[in-house]
Amino acid sequence: MSGRPTILSVDNLTVRFDASPPFLRRVLTGARRRTVHAVEEVDFAVTEGSTFALVGESGCGKSTVARTIAGIQAPTAGGVSFMGVDIAAFRTRHAAMPYRRNLQMIFQDPYASLNPRWRVGRIVAEPMVTHGLAAPGPALRGKVSELLETVGLSTDDARKFPHQFSGGQRQRISIARALASNPAFIICDEPTSALDVSVQAQILNLMKRLQKELGLTYLLISHNLAVVAHMAQSLGVMYLGRLVERGDADQILTRPRHPYTRLLLDTVPDPHAPDRGRTRLQGEVPSPLSPPAGCAFHPRCPFAEERCTRELPSPVKVGGAWVACHAVQEDRLPHHLPGRSQGEIVSGGAT
Amino acid sequence: MSALLSVENLRVEIAARDRRLTAIDDISFTIGAGEILGVVGESGAGKSVTGTAILGLLEPPAALAGGRIAFAGRRIDTLDEESMRRLRGKEIAAVFQDPLTSLDPLMTVGEQLVETMLTHLPIKRKEAFARAEDLLRMVGLPAPRERLQAYPHALSGGMRQRVVLALAFCCNPRLIIADEPTTALDVSVQAQILDVLRRMCRENGTAVMLVTHDMGVIAEATDRVAVMYAGRLAEIGPTRALVEEASHPYTRGLMASIPSLTRRRDTLVQIPGAMPRPDAPVSGCAFHPRCPSAEARCRSERPPAFAVEASQVACWLADPARRSVSA
Repeated sequence: MSGRPTILSVDNLTVRFDASPPFLRRVLTGARRRTVHAVEEVDFAVTEGSTFALVGESGCGKSTVARTIAGIQAPTAGGVSFMGVDIAAFRTRHAAMPYRRNLQMIFQDPYASLNPRWRVGRIVAEPMVTHGLAAPGPALRGKVSELLETVGLSTDDARKFPHQFSGGQRQRISIARALASNPAFIICDEPTSALDVSVQAQILNLMKRLQKELGLTYLLISHNLAVVAHMAQSLGVMYLGRLVERGDADQILTRPRHPYTRLLLDTVPDPHAPDRGRTRLQGEVPSPLSPPAGCAFHPRCPFAEERCTRELPSPVKVGGAWVACHAVQEDRLPHHLPGRSQGEIVSGGAT
Repeated sequence: MSALLSVENLRVEIAARDRRLTAIDDISFTIGAGEILGVVGESGAGKSVTGTAILGLLEPPAALAGGRIAFAGRRIDTLDEESMRRLRGKEIAAVFQDPLTSLDPLMTVGEQLVETMLTHLPIKRKEAFARAEDLLRMVGLPAPRERLQAYPHALSGGMRQRVVLALAFCCNPRLIIADEPTTALDVSVQAQILDVLRRMCRENGTAVMLVTHDMGVIAEATDRVAVMYAGRLAEIGPTRALVEEASHPYTRGLMASIPSLTRRRDTLVQIPGAMPRPDAPVSGCAFHPRCPSAEARCRSERPPAFAVEASQVACWLADPARRSVSA
């Protein structure tokens, strides 16, 4: 990890959405303004050529972070700098072009993310034309064929329409399109959640091979911890808009510190270890419209004390990870949660 | 143990413009009283169609084309609509993926539970309300008395699915068909719902057919598992045996392709290609084009189910004649 430059850094990123009732209703009924706290003070950096994963349950803000990095969503506070340039500094579309060429995105739903009226060749060629990388003609067609073959499709597929492909093949087309502008960084928002497991394996293997061959950096958004364990070197765990734990992926997955991370790991059904004892996460994620005071996780946390209910924990470095938890800082967590003792993760060992 | 549900040589066909496509191609299995049978497979393998056929809810263009379904010793695939309706909801209940489709948005949670009970049970309205509250408590809904007055839109996804479970259990069914009951939920809520399902089944002796694409859910929640592939049963047997050492090459590939938290490897095993679609069926064993061990016979002849210990495996590799030769 060390020695490689940072390609992306997210500093103190906060995104809030106004969910207030309309003005007239506020005046007439005295209803208050309401704000969705989607992302609060998120900090992390991604090393070139590595995979950084954001994990968390639905509504925790992971996709909002991704959208902000992609420039689709403006931050309320804080910022994102990509290859050393603050992305908020782009005043014109033209100025943002190199950043857009270098940063591409793969979406979850391969059915919704491809234009059904365009042939695959045109879909894959578009980024190259937009960024002036190739003029329409034989050279462009050659490049399209090359990309399709890179992702495991054939040259003839350029003439077909998206509906002629299966979900896995469509995700391959999405990847070919993302690669077309020769980017350095790809945001993968739940790239395999809509796919069957045997197809998921094909896509994950393809993504790993491309990363090795092209030196790509990935930001992987996923709720599937096993997928994250397979792909990522570093990882951030989000809960209600905040990063509760961040650091080396192996470390966090083998020795999780934050109670939420521990319980989340315990919750994952694993066909390869069905009988490990597990502690259940109680309750559900509260609404981001009115996050609990203090540590947002305290209503579900088995180790919460009075301090957790009023004071927000700030991240502190523990081992190879940053953890935002009073209990960890006060060292009053049991070393193992009940049941995690036999659930120790054995890593490495290529078979 | 006599079977509570027995499905024999079930065939379901879908009428297309000029021909009939086979969605379910001759499958047989049983579910014992109180047993949780998992049905797993990729999308399009026929898992949900099987559940729908048992519930008698197949809609055109899909229709039964052969075989028989017996419930508690009585044939149910030939029942008329009225008798089937009386059976459904009382003896056989259903839980679907999206709780909002199973709940009436215009009725409170309490009214829905009470209405279902009054339809099927000899019970007074007051008793029904008391039982509704008990049920909500049993499925782990916080503040059950207040929730009786709540409308479905006021509940979160996890709470709605708990209400659906309460509805499924309210008439003490003997069998529940649960089709991807936790797929729309977050992992932490999924675990809670599976716990409730399992606990309620143990306490009430209810059998479950749990349809899912998630091998993790299968491994944690089921007693036996049926693996479906292209409308056929590839393998059926005790969950433990199947998860630890599957016999069918498809099941083995499927297990190896799942990324694991406990067994990490550099590259995942991948099954090349994709499952054949009903409009382009494959000769012989439906898995042969993707199978690493396929032989000439696999391409021409469909394998019957061979017994391998407590499992049934539809694969020529499991043919005892062949195994004795190679041994």
